[in-house]
Amino acid sequence: MPKLKVDGIEVEVPQGATVLQACEAAGKEIPRFCYHERLSIAGNCRMCLVEVKPGPPKPQASCALPAADNQEIRTDSAMVKAAREGVMEFLLINHPLDCPICDQGGECDLQDQSMAYGRGHSRYTENKRAVTEKYMGPIVKTVMTRCIQCTRCVRFAEEVAGVEDIGALYRGENMQITSYLEHAVQSELSGNVVDLCPVGALTSKPYSFEARPWELKKTMAIDVMDAVGTNIRLDARGRQVLRALPRINEDVNEEWAHDKTRHAVDGLIRRRLDRPFVRRDGKLHPATWDEAFDAIAAVAREAGSSVAAVHGDQVDCETIFAAKALLKELGSPLHEGRQTGMDYDVSSLSAVNFNTTIAGIEDADAILLVGTNLRWEAPLVNTRVRKAIKRGAKVFAIGPETDLTYKAEWLGTDLSLLGDLPEAAAKAFADAKAPAVIVGGAALKGGHGAALALADKLNLVRTLEDGTAWNGFNVLHMAASRMGSLLLGFTSKGGVGELVAAEPKLVFFLGADEVDHQAFGSAFKVFIGHHGDAGAHHADVILPGAAFSEKPGTYVNLEGRVQRGDRAVFPPGDAREDWAILRALSERIGHTLPFDSFAELRAAMFSDTPALAQEGLATLEWNPPALDAAASGAISGYPITDFYLTNAICRASPTMQRCSAEIVHGQDFAEAAE
Amino acid sequence: MSLADKDRIFTNLYGFQPWNIDAAIGRGDWDNTKDLLALGPDTIIDRIKASGLRGRGGAGFPTGMKWSFMPKEPRPDRPSFLVINADESEPGSCKDREIIRHDPHKLIEGALVAGFAMRARAAYIYIRGEYIREAEVLFAAIAEAYDRGLIGKNACGSGYDFDVFCHRGAGAYICGEETAMLESLEGKKGQPRLKPPFPAGAGLYGCPTTVNNVESIAVAPTILRRGPEWFASFGNEGNKGTKLFQISGHVERPTVVEEAMSIPFRELIEKHCGGIRGGWDNLLAVIPGGSSVPLVPAAQIMDAPMDFDGLKALGSGLGTAAIIVMDKSTDIVRAISRLSYFYKHESCGQCTPCREGTGWMWRVMERLRTGDADISEIDTLHQVTKQVEGHTICALGDAAAWPIQGLIRHFRPELERRITERQGTGGMAPMQEAAE
Repeated sequence: MPKLKVDGIEVEVPQGATVLQACEAAGKEIPRFCYHERLSIAGNCRMCLVEVKPGPPKPQASCALPAADNQEIRTDSAMVKAAREGVMEFLLINHPLDCPICDQGGECDLQDQSMAYGRGHSRYTENKRAVTEKYMGPIVKTVMTRCIQCTRCVRFAEEVAGVEDIGALYRGENMQITSYLEHAVQSELSGNVVDLCPVGALTSKPYSFEARPWELKKTMAIDVMDAVGTNIRLDARGRQVLRALPRINEDVNEEWAHDKTRHAVDGLIRRRLDRPFVRRDGKLHPATWDEAFDAIAAVAREAGSSVAAVHGDQVDCETIFAAKALLKELGSPLHEGRQTGMDYDVSSLSAVNFNTTIAGIEDADAILLVGTNLRWEAPLVNTRVRKAIKRGAKVFAIGPETDLTYKAEWLGTDLSLLGDLPEAAAKAFADAKAPAVIVGGAALKGGHGAALALADKLNLVRTLEDGTAWNGFNVLHMAASRMGSLLLGFTSKGGVGELVAAEPKLVFFLGADEVDHQAFGSAFKVFIGHHGDAGAHHADVILPGAAFSEKPGTYVNLEGRVQRGDRAVFPPGDAREDWAILRALSERIGHTLPFDSFAELRAAMFSDTPALAQEGLATLEWNPPALDAAASGAISGYPITDFYLTNAICRASPTMQRCSAEIVHGQDFAEAAE
Repeated sequence: MSLADKDRIFTNLYGFQPWNIDAAIGRGDWDNTKDLLALGPDTIIDRIKASGLRGRGGAGFPTGMKWSFMPKEPRPDRPSFLVINADESEPGSCKDREIIRHDPHKLIEGALVAGFAMRARAAYIYIRGEYIREAEVLFAAIAEAYDRGLIGKNACGSGYDFDVFCHRGAGAYICGEETAMLESLEGKKGQPRLKPPFPAGAGLYGCPTTVNNVESIAVAPTILRRGPEWFASFGNEGNKGTKLFQISGHVERPTVVEEAMSIPFRELIEKHCGGIRGGWDNLLAVIPGGSSVPLVPAAQIMDAPMDFDGLKALGSGLGTAAIIVMDKSTDIVRAISRLSYFYKHESCGQCTPCREGTGWMWRVMERLRTGDADISEIDTLHQVTKQVEGHTICALGDAAAWPIQGLIRHFRPELERRITERQGTGGMAPMQEAAE
C-alpha cells in the first residue's frame, strides 16, 4: 500500500496502482485520451503528464507510472500546465476542428479537454493532414481525419472483443487506424469502439446526424436482446428512441453492450402493431379495441377454462404476472414461457441458474462449455470468460466447433462425454480450485441431468480456499424473460408440448413469435405484442402492446439478478402497455383482475413472489433435483443460427438486417470512400 | 598521445585481411575463449565495470553496470536474452557496418562472452535491413562459429549452451531504439515500449533482456584478454577506452578510425582525415555524434576533447561518435532541415508530441530555409522543440528537437538574415503556400 503525496494531499493507494489512479484518489482530475480503465495501458497520448519527485526533471506519463512510496506528485505546477498545453496543441494541429458538423460534438473528450487544458489559440499555420475514410462495417462510421491515434479501438478489439481486426498502418504523422483490409469488423461488440473513441473519428453509423446529445431525453432501462440484462440508457427525442448506450454495472455488463443492444432500436419504429386487428374471412382487418375485445370475449365464454398462454423472450415480469393471474381467474394452469418447446426440470431454480454470477466466472480456473456458443448467446459472458483465460483459466467445450474468440479445447459433440470426460479435461478439473460448467440451450434438453451429475462428481459447489462459497454450475439462458418467468412459475411440466396436448380453445401469445403456432391447430389465437412478426401472422386477434422501451418493467437476468427499467417513450398509435391490455380484457370477459394501476399490480406481484421485490441477486438455494444422469446423442448445432436476427425487434431493424447479411452471410457491401 | 597500432582492438577495420574465421583466429579472436568464460560471470562483469566501458550506442551508459542488472539465476521458464543492436541507422554512423563487414567474429565472440556474463540463453543480433552484404557476412560467420563448436551446445567446450541468431530488420530507424527493437523481434510493429518495466526486468517475450550496441559487445573479449587496466589507460576520467570515430563530410579524407577516447577534435581530423577541406578557417560547424545531437560551431569544437563529458559541456554529445564536418560552403539551415525531414519520416507515430511535432518542425524549417517566415516563428519553433523534448515515450522526440535547438542557439543571425532578405526582395509578408 504505497503512500504518496499529490499536490500536498497524502493518499494511500493499493499495491500496483498507477500514479494516475493515485491522483484520482486525491480528487485531482487528470486529462487523458489513450488511458482507459478496462484496456491495457498504451501511454501514447501523453496528455496525462505530471511532475514526479523523485524522478528525472521532465514530466512523466502518470497512466503508466506505478505509484510508489514517498513520491511527490504535482498536477498543478507550471511544468505540468505547459506539458498539457503542448500536447493539446499537438493533438489539435492536425485535427480538423469541424465540431459543428461532427457527431461527437457535445460529448467529445477532445472538445472538453481542449477547453479545460488547451491554450485557446493555435500557432500552426501549415496545411492540415487529411486521412481517407476506412470501411469498418455497418455499425461504425469513420471520419479518420479526426483520429488522434489513441489506439483505444485497437486495444479494445484485441483485448476485449478478441478479434484482431483493427490496427494501425504506416508510421509517424501518416499513421492511420484501419480495419483489416477494410472489411467489416467481425465482432458482435464492434459498437463499443464508438463509445471508446475520444473524438469523432469513430461514430455510430445508424445514428449519424440524428441528434445532438443535449436534445435527448435519457432513460435508464434494461436490455432485452439476451438474458444478460445489460444496463442501458435509452436516448429518445420526441416519440422515438434514437440510440441505446450501455450504463456501467460492474456486476453485469461492465461498460460494454453488444451491437444488437445498441442498434436494434431502429426496429422499434418499424413493423409496429399500432392498432388492434381482427381476422375476418381469413384476413386480418383493422379494428377498434371494442371490436377486438368483443371477438375475444365471445370465444372466452365458450372456452371456459380451456385457455392457455405462451409468452415470448422479451416480456417483463409484470406482464407475465398479469397473464398468470388472468389464467388463474379463468381456472387454467396452461401457461408456458419456454416457447421453443424446452421442458427441462425447473423444480429447483438453482439448477437452471448461472450460479457463479456473470462477474464471478472471471475467477474460474477451469471452465467446461456444454452446448453453448457463448459468443452469440451471451457476448458479454464471453468477454468474462476471455478475462478468466487471461488469468490462467483453461476452457474445454462440448459441441460443434465454433470460433469463440479464444482457444477452447473441443472435446467432441456427444453428450455422453459429460459422464466420461477425456483425461486432459478430467485432470484440469481435478486440479482446479474454482471449476465451472456452463450448460447452454443446446445441451439442456438431453444433458441437464448429466450436467448436474457432473457438478456433483467435480464437486463444483464448494468453499474456496479464501472461505467464500463457490457454485460452479451454470445454465446459460438466452431470453430476457426466462428467469423472471421461472421465478413466477409460469411453466408447465411438459413445456409447450403439454399445452398443445391439452388442445385449448383459446390461446394468448404474449409477444411469442418463436413458438410453433400451427401446433395449436384451430385454437383461437390472440397475439398481444408489439411487432408484426410470426405471432401476428398466425393470430385471430391482434392486440397491440408495448415494446421494452415503452413500459416500465422488471427483468431477471440469467444469474437471477432482479433489475428494473423505465419507460423511454410511449407506445405508438393505439398500442397500450401489456398489463393494461390484460386488465381491460379481463373485465370484458367477466373475470376482472384485482389491480387497477401499475403500482397495484407490482404490489400484488411482490406479495406473490417476494424475490422480485428486491433489486439485486435473488437468493436461490442449491438443492438440485435428482434427474437421470445418463446422456447420449450428439449436439448437432446451437440454437442461435443468426446472431443479428433473434427476435422481432431485430428482424424489423434495417441495421440488424444489414449486419446479418454482411457479417453472418458474407454479402459484400464495400462502399466507396467519400 | 594518439593510439598506437598495438593498442587497436579492431585490427581488420579496413578489410585488408579476410573476415573469415581462420583469419580472425589469426588476429587473436576465439583465442582460448574457454578461459575467458572460466573467469565466471561475476568476474567478467567486474572487469568490464573496472574498464570503464560506456555503451557505444550513444547514451553512454556504463556497460558493466547494465549487465549486472540481469537476474543472477534465471528461472527456467524465463530465460535471459542478449539482444545486440546492429540496426545502425543514425545518419553519419557507420562503425557497426565496418565491424560486421570485416571483423564479425569479434562480435560473435563478444556475444558469447557477454551473454555468458549475463547468464543469457541466446543472443539475437538485429541487423539493419539495408545492410545486405553485411548480413550475408554475419550469417556466414555465425555458421562458421557453429561449425567449429564455438557457439551452440557446449560453446567453446565450456559446458555452456549459447545460441546466436541473426535477425534482419526491415529498414525502420525507430527499430534501433531498444524496446522498439524488441517489439520488432517479436514480430510486431516497431514501436517503443513504455519504461518501466525496463528490458532487464521484462524484455524480449517478457523475459529479462539486455540490449547492447555492436561495438560495446565486440570490444568485450579484448578488454578481458588485455585487462581492464589497459582499456582504462586511454581517455579522460569517466570516458575510458578506445572508440571508433566515423568522420564524414567536408574533410579531405573521410574515414572510420579507432582512436583513444578524449582525443582533441583537431588532432583527430589532422591525423586521420587530412584536415578540413579548405583549411581550419573554412570550418563552419560540426555535428559530433550523429544526426541527433546539436551541432557545435567551429570555434568551440576545434580543441574540444571527443568524449561523452567533454561534448556534453558544449551542449552537444558524443552519441555514436559519427562526426559530421561542415565547412563554410554548407547551407546549414538546409542541412538541419534535411535532418528534420528524416525524423519526421522515421517517427513511429505512437505518441503525440513526436508524431505531430516532427512534421510541424520540418515544415517550419523548410520555410526558414528559404526565409519564407516571420522572425517570431524562430521563437515559436524553439518552443515547439521544447514541447516535444522530454514529453515522448522514447528519445526520438529529443533527437528531432536537438538539432534544431542547436541551429537556433548558434545560427540565429543566419535565420534572421534569410527572413529579412526575403522580405526585402519581395517586399511582402510571408505568404502561405499550398501543399507540400
